[in-house]
Amino acid sequence: MSVIAADRKQARDQKRASDQKLTKAVAGSDRRFAVIAHGLLILWSVIVILPMLWVLVSSFKTTKEILSSPFALPKHWQFDNYSRAWSDASIGKYFLNSVIVVVCALVLVMLLGAMCAYVLARFQFPGRRLIYYVMLAGLTFPVFLAIVPLFFQLQNFGLLNTRPGLILTYVAFALPFTMFFLYAFFRSLPHDVYEAALIDGAGDWRAFFQVMLPMARPGMAAVAIFNFLGLWNQFLLPVALNTDQDKWVLTQGMAAYASSQAYGIDYGALFAAIVVTVVPVLIVYVIFQRRIAGSVSQGTFR
Amino acid sequence: MKDKTTISDTASSRPVPAARGGRPRRRKLTFDRVTFFLAFLGLPVAIFVIFVLYPFAQAIFWAMTNWRGFSPDYDFIGLDNFVKMFQDDVFLKALRNVALLAAFVPLVTLTLALGVAVAITLGGPSKGPVRGIKGASFYRIVSFFPYVVPAIIVGLIWAQMYDPNAGLVNGILSGLGLDGFKEFAWLGEQATAMPALMFVIVWGLVGFYAVLFIAAIKGVPAELYEAARIDGAGRFRMTISVTLPAIRDSVQTAYIYLGIAALDAFVYVQAMLPGGGPNNSTLTISQRLFNVAFAKQQFGLATAMGVVLAVVTLVFAALVFAVNRLTGGGESEGRKEARGLKARRAVAKGGAQ
Repeated sequence: MSVIAADRKQARDQKRASDQKLTKAVAGSDRRFAVIAHGLLILWSVIVILPMLWVLVSSFKTTKEILSSPFALPKHWQFDNYSRAWSDASIGKYFLNSVIVVVCALVLVMLLGAMCAYVLARFQFPGRRLIYYVMLAGLTFPVFLAIVPLFFQLQNFGLLNTRPGLILTYVAFALPFTMFFLYAFFRSLPHDVYEAALIDGAGDWRAFFQVMLPMARPGMAAVAIFNFLGLWNQFLLPVALNTDQDKWVLTQGMAAYASSQAYGIDYGALFAAIVVTVVPVLIVYVIFQRRIAGSVSQGTFR
Repeated sequence: MKDKTTISDTASSRPVPAARGGRPRRRKLTFDRVTFFLAFLGLPVAIFVIFVLYPFAQAIFWAMTNWRGFSPDYDFIGLDNFVKMFQDDVFLKALRNVALLAAFVPLVTLTLALGVAVAITLGGPSKGPVRGIKGASFYRIVSFFPYVVPAIIVGLIWAQMYDPNAGLVNGILSGLGLDGFKEFAWLGEQATAMPALMFVIVWGLVGFYAVLFIAAIKGVPAELYEAARIDGAGRFRMTISVTLPAIRDSVQTAYIYLGIAALDAFVYVQAMLPGGGPNNSTLTISQRLFNVAFAKQQFGLATAMGVVLAVVTLVFAALVFAVNRLTGGGESEGRKEARGLKARRAVAKGGAQ
């Protein structure tokens, strides 16, 4: 410990010395750097926030107000834009559909992904590397290549336009990402706890569910967040494979509602619908944002 | 990225050196073990094969047929679909459009994301160690916002922003006295539709990659910055000579992912320019494929387009790898060693002062 303390002191002294040595020119350029950095960040924040704020304000305006000026605040805050959006765009229904499909797919893909990653990371058997690399290839190929055969594949199984069909496809396409992320994670878990579990008489099943899976919780949380965002925002798969309007997910419903509004009938309700779609996820994000930042840094472990 | 994994690997296996890469096979195949393997490996792999791998394989076969889907009959026509495609002006235009997207979107997105990440992590006060900028977490949260919004909604929001009469973009520009932009149809003019589309994709993706790079930059060892500082480098110099080389592999990975996203771009174009844009100037392969398949029922031709898209994606990835290699990137052992040596030398040099 004392060696470290001495090292630290030495480092501090060095720093002080180097700070004094810092020429005026460098200090000046650093100030310029800080100014540019601040400028860039403020500019980008404005570019990000402004459209969202505009959508929020516009969602309380009448269509006439929206068409007359993009800046003016609403004269009367039109809350019935929201009730119209809710009933006309059937947001409630699509929202529920999205929740059902995404939650089921998320639970399944986390479980299957963890299982697969665990076996690949922890056991030696013939074909291990082959499975690993084939899944890697699946991650880089465009979904569009598979979309037409996938359509008929689901039709053959009688799963086209059904929730289980959509859920299974979500699971299949989220599986490689989940597997890779957790693969690195399971490899890094210590081995002695596992050995101890085996000595205590746990079989492979119990060792996984009672020992290894709980230890992998931080990694699981990180992947789950990204899978959630990815699946919640999924558009192509439902548009191609889930064409029954009663089973539409939110992204589909919004796209259809917007195109039905293409001739500018009810802008207020369209903006309200956008707000209703975005706000819940945005709130969840702000609550969990620390964890997301953390999980991205774990993601770079791969 | 790679060396971090190795570090954690060795750290975990230190107590039990023989344990690395799985337990030695000393147990017999029990019922427990067989069911375990069947469920743990069989189930995920089966789902992957049925819904991902098999469709990919089928696509390559169907690309060489004239199959129209709902009848069981088809003829094997070899490469005719590809010949037909490359004689089709609309498809060639789509190919050109996605080439433009792949050329510009990753470049602009990564430049901006790197700018934001560097500003957040290195923009702090210039005295003392390198620190993050004031309000770093606010900027981080805000720049990630668009990634949380579903891409389809991003498209819809910007379709309204670009609206010729009621949109905020023209509102601001004409408010600044640029009367030429009054009622200017950003998505309706051939010259601006593509750049406008690109901007929206960039807007939606910068935040995610900025957060990714922030994490990568924080993983750069602090002594590298110390060494650079002692050598008298300012923040600009540090960014160019220390930060960028250190996170090079993250940038490469991000470039490839962004390329895949830009080559697809389906969600954004469907939301903003469902008809392919003025004179097909923003038509993408994905849009064309979708219409040929699900509106015209020419499934053979559509899968052939998918094959072209996959080939373009692979070529793009290969190009990124090649460029990174040729400019001296890629984690070769020599490089890593040199970097470690440089850091050590710098520390030693500092100690001598």
